[in-house]
Amino acid sequence: MTTNELPTISGDRGLDHEEPLIFEIGRDGKCGVDFPDVTVGDTHLGGLRRKGKIGLPGLSEPEVVRLYVRLSRMNYAIDAGLYPLGSCTMKHNPRLGEKLARLPGFADLHPLAPMSAAQGALALMRELAHWLTTLTGMPAVALTPKAGAHGELCGILTIRAAIEARGEKRTRVLIPESAHGTNPASASFAGFTVDEIKATPEGRVDLDSLRSKLDTDVAAFMLTNPNTCGLFERDICEIARLVHAAGAYFYCDGANFNAIAGRVKPGDLGVDAMHINLHKTFSTPHGGGGPGAGPVVLSERLAPFAPLPLLVLENGAIRLIEDKSDAPQGSKPFGRMAAFHGQTGMFVRALAYMLSHGGDGIRQASEDAVLSANYVLASLKDVMSAPFEGPCMHEALFDDTWLHDTGVTTLDFAKVMIDEGYHPMTMYFPLVVHGAMLIEPTESESKESLDRFIHVLHTMAEEVKAGKTARFDGAPHLAPRRRLDETTASRKPVLKWKAPDLKQAAE
Amino acid sequence: MRYLPLTADDRSAMLAKIGAADMDALFRDVPKEAEAPLGAFDLPTAKGEIEVERILAKFAAQNVAAGNGPFFCGAGAYKHHIPATVDHLIQRSEFLTSYTPYQPEISQGTLQALFEFQTQVAALTGMDVANASLYDGSTATAEAVLMAMRVTKRGKAILSGGLHKHYVETVETVANLHGVIKRAMASPGRAEDLLPLIDTDTACVVVQSPDVFGLLRDLKPIADAAHAKGALLIAVVTEVVSLGLIASPGEQGADIVVAEGQSLGNGLNYGGPYVGLFAVREKFIRQMPGRLAGQTVDADGRRGFVLTLSTREQHIRRDKATSNICTNSGLCALAFTIHLSLLGEDGFTKLAAINHSRAVELADKLNAIPGVELITPSFFNEFTLKLPRNAAEVVETLAAKGILAGVPASRLGYADNLLIVAATETNTDEDVAAFATALEEVL
Repeated sequence: MTTNELPTISGDRGLDHEEPLIFEIGRDGKCGVDFPDVTVGDTHLGGLRRKGKIGLPGLSEPEVVRLYVRLSRMNYAIDAGLYPLGSCTMKHNPRLGEKLARLPGFADLHPLAPMSAAQGALALMRELAHWLTTLTGMPAVALTPKAGAHGELCGILTIRAAIEARGEKRTRVLIPESAHGTNPASASFAGFTVDEIKATPEGRVDLDSLRSKLDTDVAAFMLTNPNTCGLFERDICEIARLVHAAGAYFYCDGANFNAIAGRVKPGDLGVDAMHINLHKTFSTPHGGGGPGAGPVVLSERLAPFAPLPLLVLENGAIRLIEDKSDAPQGSKPFGRMAAFHGQTGMFVRALAYMLSHGGDGIRQASEDAVLSANYVLASLKDVMSAPFEGPCMHEALFDDTWLHDTGVTTLDFAKVMIDEGYHPMTMYFPLVVHGAMLIEPTESESKESLDRFIHVLHTMAEEVKAGKTARFDGAPHLAPRRRLDETTASRKPVLKWKAPDLKQAAE
Repeated sequence: MRYLPLTADDRSAMLAKIGAADMDALFRDVPKEAEAPLGAFDLPTAKGEIEVERILAKFAAQNVAAGNGPFFCGAGAYKHHIPATVDHLIQRSEFLTSYTPYQPEISQGTLQALFEFQTQVAALTGMDVANASLYDGSTATAEAVLMAMRVTKRGKAILSGGLHKHYVETVETVANLHGVIKRAMASPGRAEDLLPLIDTDTACVVVQSPDVFGLLRDLKPIADAAHAKGALLIAVVTEVVSLGLIASPGEQGADIVVAEGQSLGNGLNYGGPYVGLFAVREKFIRQMPGRLAGQTVDADGRRGFVLTLSTREQHIRRDKATSNICTNSGLCALAFTIHLSLLGEDGFTKLAAINHSRAVELADKLNAIPGVELITPSFFNEFTLKLPRNAAEVVETLAAKGILAGVPASRLGYADNLLIVAATETNTDEDVAAFATALEEVL
């Protein structure tokens, strides 16, 4: 079936509307806000007044509302359906957090307002820090990093500062080949060279490979745990011992903390630094790609090097230390990750989520996430091939062995999921598994929802195996768009709207 | 627990299907020494909405919101009126609860909005292309310096003394590992002469305008001098509304423009989340950090949008990527775009004019107070006053009277007697009068 079979005059189809760009419908003389006219003299402009037009289109308020409402309907969303994107953790986003983050005391609070006028925000940061350090069993936390990758950078820079303070120079960071791409990128950004560690056939760190590369030039080992194959690293305590024995630090990518929060304290595993994606584990909304927040918990050994600002309690009032010269005795902040004090708006949402769950609810959420992933794994492994022996943690990983000789690829299979009303799973990641399909159902799905999802995937897999593959060719067929030409997009990039050439249009 | 749909019966049935005796069996790979029982966490138990709301409202009530009274703080974050439409639209489920648009067939809403965002940012800054946002203005500045070092294959960055101190420190934190940072001394109210510092080892000169004291900087001579030595000019804008009245950095010769986009669509949020703008000349596209939305067609020939040029990014290039950034500031970028769509050319330029005229009026009033001196001759909506006494103390005294009078420069490590004052369209005549009267009283 193609969209051309039942053409419409408007080009719209029922509830599916096509929408032009604001630049194509905007006209001079329209405006979506009402302001008085003001004349401005040149006396204070230093001769720098803008002369030409900017080129912004004019639209009224109803036009703007309709345009963005229609655009929104071309998006898949967790509110609308199961979103099994492994490693990204698309769980329910409670609206309580949205409501509370919009209280004027948070949303309308200036970052450089006198600290006496911001005691509630500072107290909230301390409360969030208490939850994060308690859940991880780590003594300190740097709250400012703005996302997971920013947290990784913060952790690695802390490690760098600690090594320099020891009077040493180490140049390498060891990273498993299965790691998220941000790990090597962050290490390289922090001025280290990256050395890859092999995986065992069981999908875990190869200890021999690690041992052979650990020496006095290694600054840190970066490990995701549970790892990107959805498995807990059984030897993690031994790994920590080896890393520490070599004088290096153990960095943990906490992207998958949501599998173990409330059951395992990373501090007990020998971790020195770990970032926590508040937008994953503590469910602040992903917003189409951000904003997130990536606080980093730190071990006793790394805590003194945490970046500015620092929070201290003095005579009953909370104070931000914003300059190195004000740092308390023994504290040697390595620098600053960003202006101001972190993603306060996300802190409010994450704390609302934590308080709502409580310690018991966080543990239950982790268990349900792991249970749901294992349920998916157990229900599909008779038709799809799983590269590793279970149990898995919060993600079920399949490879494409079962697709061999069917003419269907991982990509085709995932795109048919779109026609079936689902967002695809994470594909081709981790890289260590051929044609990987990484499914993370999260704790937010009911059993009925999981059963329906499993039924759909199971039946799709049976179709493939029975040679009924026609609809897998060039899928999706039923989405707002069919497959898009990414090659041309990248070869001849069109990255902004340009006014059509009127002369050409007239010809 | 209201967010967890599985019942005890569901859990038993699922465990049976898996063939696991209990939940612990699923966690059997966790070393026993690392298992923490629930009692090992000193945390309260689950709470209903009413209790959570009560707890967080108590925190909020201890803060003085900008809207509580006369308010004049700026220095990198600005209070503007955000039309009600903006917050309504960004809370649409399909925008709020979607992931990065890696599956373009079911993400056209986000992708088309990002394409519009990029077009708006390029137009505002006077540049050829813009990316789909970075975390904020300060991290965008650090990314710009690293990019300039890559492009020029040189290691020296010169920072103007008028660059916000937090931005300076953010740049130094990462760029020090890749090159040398030379920071000019701050000269409040005066443009320092950066030209003698620029040499053939210089990768870039970083100049903020309006600068941290509010002073407008003429970028053209600096751009010319930088280009003559093969260096790039990075222009930093912390108040994007200024671009409605002031010549764009692109027009003045900048090679990279970075900005804090908070002023449009985004609240003060005590410092975050904000949205970083990043725009460059066409020839640098493939050296840019961050995501890019691009136009293309689908299999039926219909126009559509995709994330493109991802071979620059960490998930493909890993340690060779242009940046480690993954998550950006998508929803804040959407708020920016919707606010700017509502404003359009007419509304945006009027907004800028109102901001400037409010600031001029306020500066004139305050400058007339005996002992107070306006030290920034040219400015947009923010200026610096020299006071006859410690500015932080003045701010505290006025705060006690319900007036947030600005940011004492000492908060950012500058002189004790300087006060950085911002005025926007949200200030009323009464606010201006109350500030002037109260300041005169306390001096």
